[in-house]
Amino acid sequence: MGRKILFVTTDQQRYDTLGCNGGELARTPVVDGLAAHGIRYERAVPQSVVCMPSRSTMVTGQHPTTHGVYMNGVPLPVDAPSVAAVLHEAGYRTALVGKAHFEPYLDPFLRFAENALSRSGTRPPGGTHRGFEHMELATHGPLGPLHYARWLQAEHPEAAAGYYAVVDRDLEVNAGGGGDTGAPQVKVNPIPREWYHTDWVAERTIRWLEGLDQGDDWFCWMSFPDPHHPWDPPQSEVGRIDWHDVPLPAGYPERREEREAILDAKPRHWRLWYDGTLVSNYEAPAAWVPATLTTDQVREVNARNAVEVELIDEALGRVLAAIEARGWGDETDVIFTTDHGELQGDFGLLFKGPYHVDALMRLPLVWRPAPAARAAAGDVGGPGVVTEPVGLVDLAPTFCHIAGLPVPGFMQGRPLLVRDGERGSGGAGGVLTEWDSELFGVGVHLRTITKAGYVLTAYLPGTVHDGSEGELYDLEADPLQRVNRWSDAAMRGLRADLLAELSDRQPPPHEPRLQLQAPV
Amino acid sequence: MWGLVGDPARIPEWWPGIDRATVEGATRVVTTGAGLEIHEDIVTLDDIERRFQYRIAGPMVREHLSTLDVLDLGDGTCLVVYSADAEPATMALVIAGAAGNALDHLPDVLARKATEDAREGPAAGAATEGATTEKETS
Repeated sequence: MGRKILFVTTDQQRYDTLGCNGGELARTPVVDGLAAHGIRYERAVPQSVVCMPSRSTMVTGQHPTTHGVYMNGVPLPVDAPSVAAVLHEAGYRTALVGKAHFEPYLDPFLRFAENALSRSGTRPPGGTHRGFEHMELATHGPLGPLHYARWLQAEHPEAAAGYYAVVDRDLEVNAGGGGDTGAPQVKVNPIPREWYHTDWVAERTIRWLEGLDQGDDWFCWMSFPDPHHPWDPPQSEVGRIDWHDVPLPAGYPERREEREAILDAKPRHWRLWYDGTLVSNYEAPAAWVPATLTTDQVREVNARNAVEVELIDEALGRVLAAIEARGWGDETDVIFTTDHGELQGDFGLLFKGPYHVDALMRLPLVWRPAPAARAAAGDVGGPGVVTEPVGLVDLAPTFCHIAGLPVPGFMQGRPLLVRDGERGSGGAGGVLTEWDSELFGVGVHLRTITKAGYVLTAYLPGTVHDGSEGELYDLEADPLQRVNRWSDAAMRGLRADLLAELSDRQPPPHEPRLQLQAPV
Repeated sequence: MWGLVGDPARIPEWWPGIDRATVEGATRVVTTGAGLEIHEDIVTLDDIERRFQYRIAGPMVREHLSTLDVLDLGDGTCLVVYSADAEPATMALVIAGAAGNALDHLPDVLARKATEDAREGPAAGAATEGATTEKETS
């Protein structure tokens, strides 16, 4: 009997939303408790800051360039390698409950397996899909053909209309506002908490676990759709945090002149988006102009986001209690993370896009190794902190390591560090992140490396950049990334070194280049 | 090739995700895998130019025109070109993605049909067409 693996992901959650990471808004005692008995990562970096590429990295253990999903709307090939398949072949029972998003959502033809599955049940035709023998899927609301939407429409159809409509009549991401402040993607949702997708994901996870034999080894990816926008948590829970009392984020420059001066010192697509003249990411509502964002809207969005984070923490607590009740607690590894961050007011912006700064790039990551395994290794199980950069590309190799399996050659990461310095001097290479988007004539391409306290982004030629632009931030001296030192003569040597490593370590491309098939 | 893609009623045979098509005069109604009924007006159906054009009349589009051309390359092969203009642009992207997927599979569809016809003989081929007609009108 091996170690069981509960892999918990959220969607679009910032590092600083967890109590164990210094967050003061949301109460997250469950994840904080995992960190207290495990390892907390202070510099976990995604390989893409949007959903489909990042999630594809998590399941394949490859960089986006290699797995080929370079932007949302590009489906991960059905025959792409998968850590779930590796584990399943080794005898693990495998499930994915909640948000998958390896394949596009906007799919009226129902061409993609994730969208078609709910018609036939939860067991994929042929036995597995990407190595998962059980898939019970959800996204941010009641639309679409996924299991949660079908369940809600069948059992509680009156509740569906309470959710925010994520797309408008033009199939664009909705810019409409609500709540008390008119903030975009905010809505009062009267849905009872127990019907909301967060609790549904936890409940369905518990049900799947209950169906396993006691001696089964299992890998369960429990994937919460929140706290990704829309910010429409159950209204019964919104009173937990009064938005009037929410302090403005440190990353939000309140004075407009200061905000705009900071943006003007960055590559031009920052300011162009802020002014509403360029949108390079479908998921940023095209009709919303960031310059119109008010301080009260920032407060309300942060309050609602925190409520969603609390609901996730409580749902995770129920799942962990169910695992304990089965007697599996000591032999279960729990890894908690997210796919990418959220701007959430930083620089006067919301949502996400080609902006490689901490808001989107510094992720919550906590690994609570199975207590029995730590004890067997002579480890007392106290809290650990890793400050060296690690990537989501390291997760799939970590799952193999936990299962006692060799890391397959197709994976490009390494098992997560458990302490700083573990790889010796020179062993802690930089972590790579990339952005490629070609949407409605706007092409933006970024290559980034995070290493040794710095983050450097090089811009490739596109429709708004000529390839000479870049960003370089000193993360210790400038934790809010307000001072772009790309052109600073004092940084010339460091910049050259980072650019050289960035160039040398570019992963092999997927051949042929995959086609964009939907906006998201 | 034109016999397949130039017959508006046979689209379920080669376009993954279209379950049913019904043609009455110059209108076609296709039903997608998600159960969505799309009403279309047939604008051009030219057996000589081998050009088929249609407009989606709704739902979810303000403007749309798709054009499908089959070009004889003169060496026993042909080139199938599908283009779509649509508003909103997001819908054009969805249509283009599905169309690209369908075109990718067209050679396999034709090869499979040829194999089936060769294995089962002309009578079976006629029966297949009959079954297709039934599917189209169901």
